Amino acid sequence: MEFIELKNIEKNFYVNKQERQILKGINLSIKENEFLTLLGPSGSGKTTTLRIIGGFETASKGQVFFNGLDIGKTPPHKRAINTVFQNYALFPHMNVYDNVAYGLKIKKFSKSAIKDRVEKTLSLVNLSGFDKRSVKSLSGGQQQRIAIARALINEPKVLLLDEPLGALDLKLRKEMQIELKNMQKNLGITFIYVTHDQEEALTMSDQIAVMNDGEILQKGTSENIYNEPKNAFIASFIGTSNIITGTMERDRKVTFLKTDFECVDPMPGSVVQIVVRPEDIEIEQTPRDRNSLKGEVIEVIFFGVNYEMKVKTGDFIWKIHSTKSYERGQFVYLFMATEALHVMEMERSL
Amino acid sequence: MRKTKFSEANNSLSIGLKSKKIAIPYLIWILIFTILPIFLLMQYAFTNNQGNFTFANIERFFNPLYLGIMWHSIRMATMATVICFFLGYPIAYILSQKAYKDKTILLFLFVVPMWMNFLVRTYAWLFILGFNGVLNNILRFFGFEPIRLLFTDGAVLLGLVYTFLPFMIFPIYSSLQKIDERIIEAARDLGSNRLQLFFRIIFPLSLPGIASALTMVFMPAVATFLISNILGGGQYFLIGNLIEQQFLTVGNRHFGSALALIMFALIILCNVIFSYLSKEEKE
Ligand SMILES: Nc1ncnc2c1ncn2[C@@H]1O[C@H](COP(=O)(O)OP(=O)(O)O)[C@@H](O)[C@H]1O
Ligand SMILES: [Mg+2]
Repeated sequence: MEFIELKNIEKNFYVNKQERQILKGINLSIKENEFLTLLGPSGSGKTTTLRIIGGFETASKGQVFFNGLDIGKTPPHKRAINTVFQNYALFPHMNVYDNVAYGLKIKKFSKSAIKDRVEKTLSLVNLSGFDKRSVKSLSGGQQQRIAIARALINEPKVLLLDEPLGALDLKLRKEMQIELKNMQKNLGITFIYVTHDQEEALTMSDQIAVMNDGEILQKGTSENIYNEPKNAFIASFIGTSNIITGTMERDRKVTFLKTDFECVDPMPGSVVQIVVRPEDIEIEQTPRDRNSLKGEVIEVIFFGVNYEMKVKTGDFIWKIHSTKSYERGQFVYLFMATEALHVMEMERSL
Repeated sequence: MRKTKFSEANNSLSIGLKSKKIAIPYLIWILIFTILPIFLLMQYAFTNNQGNFTFANIERFFNPLYLGIMWHSIRMATMATVICFFLGYPIAYILSQKAYKDKTILLFLFVVPMWMNFLVRTYAWLFILGFNGVLNNILRFFGFEPIRLLFTDGAVLLGLVYTFLPFMIFPIYSSLQKIDERIIEAARDLGSNRLQLFFRIIFPLSLPGIASALTMVFMPAVATFLISNILGGGQYFLIGNLIEQQFLTVGNRHFGSALALIMFALIILCNVIFSYLSKEEKE
């Protein structure tokens, strides 16, 4: 039995009296204590999916199971799930203490028990001593921590987080990513996390579900998604990749730029797309007898730890990351190992 | 983030400078129609017929007869405000609910009477409440004795509530509408039932609206003389009627001005208290 399971979730919204399908059959299972990220561009239906799990929207079709029970009709406050909202949604008329204590107060906990738990939770988010501050006097990062503390005090089994770091600057975001990940591990809570930032998803998640246009395109571990993207959309969304169209006549042989390459994939179709990560291409002075291509260096940029180079072969421009640099205008050979080539079926539209 | 804040500050600064010039006609307007009358009032209030300085006009007010009228006015206005609140809050609340949000027609229904001439609206009640009015005719139809409805406290109260109800509804409605949907969802998410949601979140967040609604109803209600004139009959006395009478019937401008000044002080006091209360809640 799965901890959380979405079965064929569909959601239609009426926009100007016209029915629009926003979720087109979401299937997703989430294990206990897992950090699952819904990753996708804006408008792909991540928030809607999250709101259905939280109980703020009801699915037009399909079911949501929690420990094997259908919770489709359970109101939000009766689910062992709490939410950290996109814009924090702190209670503006309460101070920090009362915001965090809210979940316990309405459950009529004793004053001393509330005080204990609030103190513990505030120290968990590194905001001890902020009790009496008004929430409006806090910085974005601090407000975010209060929102997390407020949700955690109910000791939920699942925490839903909708782009919780979206409004923070880069440095703070990186710090909070690590903090959130540690919190999730230490507390042993299932996190369902929404973001459109692929780097955030890759660094934090146990499992990533890539969404686009109301569908889950691929679900797997970070490595999985990064190394073996199922289609070109995912490949390009996940990172700066080289994506090139080629043909495949036989298993484990692919042809692009008029050159034959050995690869590890069996034949998915005769017209294919090949994804090669920029760091998987080696630049060499001399050709090899296989999997090697000639090209001209047209751009070199230094990025602190490595160089990003653009190399032109025919009409195609390769992006390559390397610690060695080459001169602009120099002719080089690109070597791509058999494992470096990811062959995918052709996307219908891109 | 920093940058935008800075430029916003800059903007408001330049708007501040610009608006100073734009504001000049309004300042003149305020001078002529607000400041000047207040000075005139003061001048009359603190002088006698011979033009000599005196406190007599103010002292005259502290006579049980006039204090009684003042007390009665405050009581009527308070009752009207309380009734308006208990009628208006639920209406504002219902109107602000999601299900009604696109149904502006409902809100419209509450606006329409405000567009109608105030006197016409008030005289209409004469036809409803009068001895041969609609209500009494219905009573007669069912074989009951007609009752005296008009020219009573009840009639004046009804007039006050009817006239000022929209002033209660709108400020509350607009403060309810401003509450972020996510805040309500967060409260539900944390386990609030409907009552807890209302009393711990929605009601406190609507307090600024309530404060301005109470002021907007109480102040004109305590000063009214037309409603009490029409629905209370000629003999009905509120502080507004007393002032009107001093100016128009008795012709004692000095006492009338003193009364108006006292009234003005009372209104300012109310204003200060209400705005203090609403600020208190916001912090
Ligand atoms: N309440 C709603 N009514 C109508 N359309 C909605 C509503 N909520 C979301 N949508 C639409 O559904 C799509 C997906 O939205 P959302 O789930 O918020 O995407 P994401 O979080 O991935 O950006 C968007 O096109 C959005 O306009
Ligand atoms: Mg979203």
